[in-house]
Amino acid sequence: MKIAVLRHLAIAAGVAALLGTTAMAEDPVRGGTLITTLPQTPRHLNPAVQSGIVTGAPGAQLFAAPLRYDEDWTPQPYLAESWAWSDDGLSMTLNLVQGATFHDGEPITSEDVAFSVETIKANHPFKTMFGVVEAVETPDDHTAILKLSQPHPALLLAMSSQLMPIIPKHIYGDGQDPKSHPRNGKDVVGSGPFKFVEFTADQQVILERNDDFFIEGRPYLDRIVYRIIKDASARAIGMENGELHMTTFENTVRNIKRMSENDDLVATDEGYAAIGPINWLAFNTGSDGPLADKRVRQAIAYAIDKNFILNAIMLGLSQESKTGIHPGSPLYYPDVNGYDLDIDKANALLDEAGYEKGADGIRFSLTIDHGNPTTKPQAEFTKASLAKVGIDVSVNSFVDFPTWANKISNHDFDMTWDTVFNWGDPVIGVHRTYDSQNIKEGVIWSNTQQYANERIDELMAAAGQEIDPDKRAALYKEFQEILADDLPVYWTNTLPYHTIYNKKVGNPPLGIWSSSSPYDLVFLKE
Amino acid sequence: MGFLVVLAQRTLYGLLLLLAVLVLNFTMINLAPGDVVDTIAADMGGASAELVAQIRAEYGLDQPVIVQLGNYIWRVFQFDLGQSYFYNRPVTEMIFERLPATLLLVFSAQIFALVVGILLGVFAAQRPNGILSHIVTLFALFGYAAPVFWTGILLLIAFSLKVPLFPVAGMRDVTVEGFFPQVLSVAHHLVLPMLTLGSIFIALYSRLCRASMLEVLGSDYVRTAKAKGLSPRDVTMKHALKNALPPVVTLAGLQFSAVISGAVLVETVFSWPGLGQLALTSILARDTPTILGILFFSALVVIVGNLLTDLVLRLIDPRVRGKA
Repeated sequence: MKIAVLRHLAIAAGVAALLGTTAMAEDPVRGGTLITTLPQTPRHLNPAVQSGIVTGAPGAQLFAAPLRYDEDWTPQPYLAESWAWSDDGLSMTLNLVQGATFHDGEPITSEDVAFSVETIKANHPFKTMFGVVEAVETPDDHTAILKLSQPHPALLLAMSSQLMPIIPKHIYGDGQDPKSHPRNGKDVVGSGPFKFVEFTADQQVILERNDDFFIEGRPYLDRIVYRIIKDASARAIGMENGELHMTTFENTVRNIKRMSENDDLVATDEGYAAIGPINWLAFNTGSDGPLADKRVRQAIAYAIDKNFILNAIMLGLSQESKTGIHPGSPLYYPDVNGYDLDIDKANALLDEAGYEKGADGIRFSLTIDHGNPTTKPQAEFTKASLAKVGIDVSVNSFVDFPTWANKISNHDFDMTWDTVFNWGDPVIGVHRTYDSQNIKEGVIWSNTQQYANERIDELMAAAGQEIDPDKRAALYKEFQEILADDLPVYWTNTLPYHTIYNKKVGNPPLGIWSSSSPYDLVFLKE
Repeated sequence: MGFLVVLAQRTLYGLLLLLAVLVLNFTMINLAPGDVVDTIAADMGGASAELVAQIRAEYGLDQPVIVQLGNYIWRVFQFDLGQSYFYNRPVTEMIFERLPATLLLVFSAQIFALVVGILLGVFAAQRPNGILSHIVTLFALFGYAAPVFWTGILLLIAFSLKVPLFPVAGMRDVTVEGFFPQVLSVAHHLVLPMLTLGSIFIALYSRLCRASMLEVLGSDYVRTAKAKGLSPRDVTMKHALKNALPPVVTLAGLQFSAVISGAVLVETVFSWPGLGQLALTSILARDTPTILGILFFSALVVIVGNLLTDLVLRLIDPRVRGKA
């Protein structure tokens, strides 16, 4: 009884924090079908073995995680009603909610938590999330203790939302390979607010309310229909004519602009801080060409007018990002050199580096690759900008992702525009770009710049283990300062991800995980 | 030569062609740098070197290309198109799941284009130098020249947004229940994609029909029919059109492959869940078994289509029979 009361208090606190004070004015309504979108067909719906936003969106409805997050990066109780670090930071104790069940009625126990952690550790692409978890102890059905080989503050974000779905051991523990398990895409039995109804490739994913959800009275919606619509303009038209209630992860700026001018719709960039998508110009620092010299890289950054990218290419819909950590993260340190346009400085740096202009006004030639068609304007703009300081750039565009990825990951490039995600904690999505141990041929989004700096490696190792938030922030401050000077990549802006929702939608998912967070609070106004 | 000999000969050619299609497609896909593992890794927001190696080994991508090719052809001769790397499902199952949607779109677009194209052609042939004839030509050529995705988006803006008559995407409304309401829902969703895909071929058919009609209208028997005092309508419809049609129908048969390739774009714009969308996704993902399966299937359809056109022509046109 006492535990139940505590649980309700904790939930109430969570709800209050989640909604803020103004939004509380509107009482949620039960019922209705939310029609939302996915921009492509997920491979399957089990986020334990498949990362990515299209699996994460329905995955976060099907499966509950120990924690959930509000827009302030504060962890909230979810499947775990409480959690605690040991004093030495080497173990994390989770106390699970009592009486929670999977969609087939089986109880959710600490065994399932242990099984989920093992499955994710063995199969999920983000090895750094649970790599240091040595064992999961299960003293009783509702207590799980994660034993770590070293302190690991990133665990808190790794236990949220789509990254740590609690999956049923009695289904996925049957000895088949979890990555190709037949139940990943059909008859999915989850632990979250919504149950599986249908998944048809290139058409839709349909989920319905889980009446036995462990948070009483929720979810509010009867159904969620994810319509799979690949064409961004078609999604925009669907929003405008009212066929769709909400669409997430939109990044074509002209469509966002148009939708934001519609009186029935709200467009917001809230909700993408944890996923943290950042656009940058990557330099192959390991090449024997001029890019090995940091003065050349700095000169290139000075020669490119970031404001043009922010205002003309992104139409003012994305934020400036001066470092590899998303500006929405509490660890972002904005007081570093942002390389505002300075042609004289660029020329001076290039002269200093020994690359004098030749008789034809050209210092040297470089190539720039782009694979993603959305970065084509940046690539063309870079060519034009660098011509002004005597660098001759030729643009290679690649029609498909594998061709581009193959070239970049084998370090066969000079410069490329790229978009890389933070995925919550820097340990998960930021370190991989700068870690000298992570220069791995053939692996895209590893340290493809071949950047190596001992101090950066030390700082990452220390910050990865620092439990104290202030000390940790100080380590990441130095990390960002050094990187901003070394400039292995030139960060310019966040990807203009937006959530667009009809005003009929109550409590749209604006927390840090956007559509990869549970929709149990979302409702449709009458 | 007898009919059966010709049939056997054509079938043999068809089989050889299919084998060539298999080998060529396989080689071309393997010539492109990068493979499905890159896409799988990208889909997951990045992956470790161990995982990448593990997936490559699982799919046999670490073997020499020639071994992969041999394995593949051997499997196809056992009627097994393999397993999709990307979706982890049998390719044949995925293709048959998508086929009805594509066939529905392709056939309705073909019929629409044929009917409208023939009507416009007949109409234009009445006064070949009249202003209306030129307008028809202009209109048809515009549909032919405009990129399909552009036509599609414009139709969407016009008839889904400005005048919201039709839904923006998909093949049916998931909230509709019952057989007849669902059929209606599919028909409702079909209109815009059908118009878009059909618009390319209207030009082709109307131009050919116009030319063919003009030729026939100048022939002796039409003059005879007119001299007999038949009404202009009877002359056009009963005498002239009947003889002007075969070239149009032949062309329509041969255009089948073009319609299928046009469907790729139309399906993407309208989120029509057919083979075209699957083809595009698999190409972008380098999902080799699925691409090969779809290409194999398309080749099969085209070869069978050409074979049938050949045979039908032999049946209806005595002049073709002598040539074999």
